[in-house]
Amino acid sequence: MDRRVHPILAAFAACVFFFLLSPLVIIVGAAFSDTTYLTFPPQGLTLRWFVNIFEIEAFRTTALTSLQVAFFGTALSLLIGVPAAYAINRYRVELPRWLSTIFVLPILVPEIVFGFSLMKSVTIGLGLPIFISLLVGHALLILPYSVRVVGASLAAFDFSVEEAAISLGCPPLKTFLTVVLPNIRAGVIAAFILAFITSINDVSVSVFLTGPGISTLPIQILAHMEQFFDPTIASVSVLLMFVTVGVMAVVEATLGLTFLTK
Amino acid sequence: MPATIAVVVLLIVPVAITIAATFAEPKGVFAPYVTFFSSGFRRAVLYRTLEVALVTTAISLTVGFITAYVIAQMPGRAKSIMIIAAVFPLLTGVVVRSFAWLIILGKNGILNAMLISTGIIGEPLSMLYTEGSVIVAMVYLFVPLMILTLVGVLEGIPRDLIDASASLGARPLMTFFQVILPLATPGLIVGAVLVFTGSFTSYATPQLLGGEKQMMMGTFLYQRAMVTFDWVGASTIAAIMVVLTLGVVLIMSRIARRLNPMAV
Repeated sequence: MDRRVHPILAAFAACVFFFLLSPLVIIVGAAFSDTTYLTFPPQGLTLRWFVNIFEIEAFRTTALTSLQVAFFGTALSLLIGVPAAYAINRYRVELPRWLSTIFVLPILVPEIVFGFSLMKSVTIGLGLPIFISLLVGHALLILPYSVRVVGASLAAFDFSVEEAAISLGCPPLKTFLTVVLPNIRAGVIAAFILAFITSINDVSVSVFLTGPGISTLPIQILAHMEQFFDPTIASVSVLLMFVTVGVMAVVEATLGLTFLTK
Repeated sequence: MPATIAVVVLLIVPVAITIAATFAEPKGVFAPYVTFFSSGFRRAVLYRTLEVALVTTAISLTVGFITAYVIAQMPGRAKSIMIIAAVFPLLTGVVVRSFAWLIILGKNGILNAMLISTGIIGEPLSMLYTEGSVIVAMVYLFVPLMILTLVGVLEGIPRDLIDASASLGARPLMTFFQVILPLATPGLIVGAVLVFTGSFTSYATPQLLGGEKQMMMGTFLYQRAMVTFDWVGASTIAAIMVVLTLGVVLIMSRIARRLNPMAV
């Protein structure tokens, strides 16, 4: 390397990384502390706060709801997002330009405004059950990820392969499933993972869509924090972090993490 | 396409109804807005939110740019490790990351304990529920995003240009201001817009670290809608948020397009 980084800049970057990573270390430490209040460095090591999570019913049920909403919401967003990404890339010339812009909208509209509006018109206006509203809200929230990430891998796909299959007599749907889909598999998996992480951590949309009896894990954590300040919250956070690390390990194994920076 | 219908029916229509509802008041078309802007408390919430979002954006830009610059200079392997380290906090949730600052900044928190044990202060400071604590947590939230955006931009700058500038006698600082900064400006604008809109509309962080004392637009909207059930008030807040975020995005993306020296 002929270009050297100025030592002051390097030291600054080191401080930034310390700033970025130490809070996570602190949460992990606090989660194992054998005290009834949150503290760091941990005093004594215990797993009882982790056991405590599973003893509190609210955490169990909301974790289950979160997983269900994240899973089905992501699946739903892919189900409608992949065809949309396909159409945008395949018929780029024929389609009006606003059509691809429309999928940027869920990012542009503030999440909290979206959650509030959805609650007003769908949950209360149409009287949909809470779980369905949550599912719909999350699916829409993560739709841009599905469309854009899948779209990115479709942009690299050579559509003449598809034409070849069709000209050889393969029906369109079968062509899509057996020729196009395997080629964009990496993009679909990446979209699934990004969308899943977004959904499972969402607060702003869920906060309006949860109701009596049904809530998601982040909302439950917020509610718990208002009443207790014990290491349970830290251990729930650690569990959520483990889920994320696990998901990241899957990304690393299938695609390599550089994918995320593209 | 079903996806288009879904976005229109479930996103555009509900948000449009929310905004339209603020103009359908019996007291007059702009009555809810007159109420909003004539209340000192509500104006204070709006100004506070703008201030927090602007300060967060400025700090994140500076910190993110310098860090991204260092990362972009690193050789391959060190670079990917640093990018992973920067991405990692991004993948844990907002609640978890805001919560960490509760432990750090609390009255019996780590920072107070450290300051007391080193003798810098005698009494614990109350750092939570201040504008500063919200800003720190938001900077923490958005710096990874900024780094990620800017590393991509800085890597896209052809190295030949920097070498050319140096070989023509420009000193490093001059190269930075004359070559690197102008080329990175569109990326800086994109990053700034992301951070500004993100912090302007955030909910969980001001809720946890600002509380009732430091009400921001997001928490104010929630409080109006779910605590006092003032739906017209909440819709007015929602409309102001939409107009401001869309306005910032449109204006800034237009400026970014005009400033892009690579697309002449």
